[in-house]
Amino acid sequence: MIGDIFEILLTAGFWAATIRIVSPLILGTLGELICERAGVLNLGIEGIMTMGAMAGWMWVFQGGDLWGGIVFAAFIGALFGLFHASFTVYLGLSQHVTGIGITLFASSLSYYVFRMLLPDATTPPKIVPFQPYAIPGLSDIPVIGEALFSQTPLTYLALLSVPAVWYVLERTPLGLAVRMAGENPVAVESQGIDVLAVRTGAVMVGSAFMAIGGAFITMSAFDAFYFGMINGRGWICVALVIFASWRPGKALLGALLFAGLDALQVRAQQLAGAQIPYQFFLMAPYVLSIAAMVVMARRASYPKALLVPFRRGDRV
Amino acid sequence: MRIETRQEVALWRVLLAPPLAVLAALVLGAGLIIWAGEPVLASYFALLKGSLGSSFALNETLTRSTPLIFTGLAAAVAFRAKFYNIGAEGQLYCGALAATFFGTGLISLPPVLMVPFLMLVGAMSGGAILIVPVLLKTHMKVDEVVTTLLLNFVILLLAGYLLEGPWKDPMSLGWPQAAPIIDEGIWPPLLAKGRLHLGFIFALVAALLAWALMRFTVWGYEIRAVGLNASAAGFAGIGVNATVIRTALISGGLAGLAGVSEVAGLKGYLTLDLSPGFGYAGIAVAMLAQLHPLGVILSAFFISAVYVGADAMSRSTDIPTYIADVLVGLSVLTILVSVMLTRYRIRWS
Repeated sequence: MIGDIFEILLTAGFWAATIRIVSPLILGTLGELICERAGVLNLGIEGIMTMGAMAGWMWVFQGGDLWGGIVFAAFIGALFGLFHASFTVYLGLSQHVTGIGITLFASSLSYYVFRMLLPDATTPPKIVPFQPYAIPGLSDIPVIGEALFSQTPLTYLALLSVPAVWYVLERTPLGLAVRMAGENPVAVESQGIDVLAVRTGAVMVGSAFMAIGGAFITMSAFDAFYFGMINGRGWICVALVIFASWRPGKALLGALLFAGLDALQVRAQQLAGAQIPYQFFLMAPYVLSIAAMVVMARRASYPKALLVPFRRGDRV
Repeated sequence: MRIETRQEVALWRVLLAPPLAVLAALVLGAGLIIWAGEPVLASYFALLKGSLGSSFALNETLTRSTPLIFTGLAAAVAFRAKFYNIGAEGQLYCGALAATFFGTGLISLPPVLMVPFLMLVGAMSGGAILIVPVLLKTHMKVDEVVTTLLLNFVILLLAGYLLEGPWKDPMSLGWPQAAPIIDEGIWPPLLAKGRLHLGFIFALVAALLAWALMRFTVWGYEIRAVGLNASAAGFAGIGVNATVIRTALISGGLAGLAGVSEVAGLKGYLTLDLSPGFGYAGIAVAMLAQLHPLGVILSAFFISAVYVGADAMSRSTDIPTYIADVLVGLSVLTILVSVMLTRYRIRWS
């Protein structure tokens, strides 16, 4: 058994699958991370990912091109982010309940829109999704070439957004404003920066990331939209943010570890044959997410103002 | 824009908040009905007729409100202590699994004992599954929202395994369903016609008990105090962790009862589609009730009417049934604003 697992780890197919699985997770995790660094917990993620998956797919199905679909999904995501922020940032309402409400609303709205536009679809219709693009030269490297450099453009985008988000958050004045809005909003305000605007912007950008993560599933990983297809990935991303201690680099590591174990369980499932029921393998991602939070919880340093609404003039 | 605290919270504003929120949700939902090319008022009238318009419809609405009262109470009690239990869906299945385990022949008692016994094991198992998330919250500060949500998926997969494997009823013609609950454990119907069963009475009693608990007991006082300000409650000598753990067990137990009610009261056996999201809808029920246990009865009736009525409405119009879920999701958001406006006013400057 151990030997078999070791053998799986040496195949390029395993690594390619890991990179494929990690792409939507990394986008969703970065999106949640951006929101939370600005002090806003966004539990709308599951619904926003569903919305992004439906919106991007529907754009292409109605005749639009693939990148247009991604932009559209991001736009819709940002719109839901604005919705979330006007409740949690401007009105200072409960971030927990608002997020759950957005998830209930956005996912049911996605299904409603899907049914309205395709009332008679019994078998889910398909689009031509993003095709793998082998990067010349790099894709010829054994194993790594197939795993890393023969993916779809959306995967490259997901992987490149990790250093991009890191750079903006950690090395630019804008990133500093976002982080301070999540740590010490009073200090931000004393610098003459509008905390509410910074937080709103962060939630909108973060929600756009989530929606692209959702769109990856219908436009790159698969080619159709199913009901319930996000299947808890959004919640897993929220867990990964905690696991990553709110750092983009660690988020990539955590998501990779997670995706690797997920890719492994699919293959181990075939190895185990009928000995272990498949449901237990499917449980693994959820149990792992809980375990990941437990492992890191003690060391996690929450953004100080996470969940705390900011009202101008309030003394803290 | 400035948000100002009102000097006092007027009772009429508090009472007006839920109807206003519902109205706002219906107005927003009207956009989707217009998009479907249907007349708004006639469609909502079809929804009303489909949920309350006949004794059959009313019976069905009361039947569907039974699990929603339980899951609504589960959320209302937990949210009072600011323990965000979003796992009622999973806890519901835990209750149903326990009722199935003990109620399909393992133990046989006279009905007077069997019915309460199944309720007890169902409630205990619903509460038990919350022990891990609540201890992680109190002892390691792990957010309970994510853990309870993730457990929903785990429990549903476990139920899937049991129903396709060891618990599968050989008489079920291949469907993944468990053996039926023995006659002694079945909750009798309340009326000669329709599906309304004893569980509705149990749900009303549960709401009364939850109200009495929150209103008149030390535990209820502690739950409310911890929810209002945990550090102040701790300073005043209330055991905050103990209170949160106790609240979680009560909340999980109530959600577990929803599962027992659906298995022993309605279906008679456990299937994987036992709950079409009663656990999540319970959050909307609790929010619309402003977390008041007696209000839960009214808001569960309303949410149930939306679901039952939307089924009827979509049969006679081109509006997809998902309109019900959209309205429920919207009302979670609109009630947040309307409750806020009872305590604050917004000044545009």
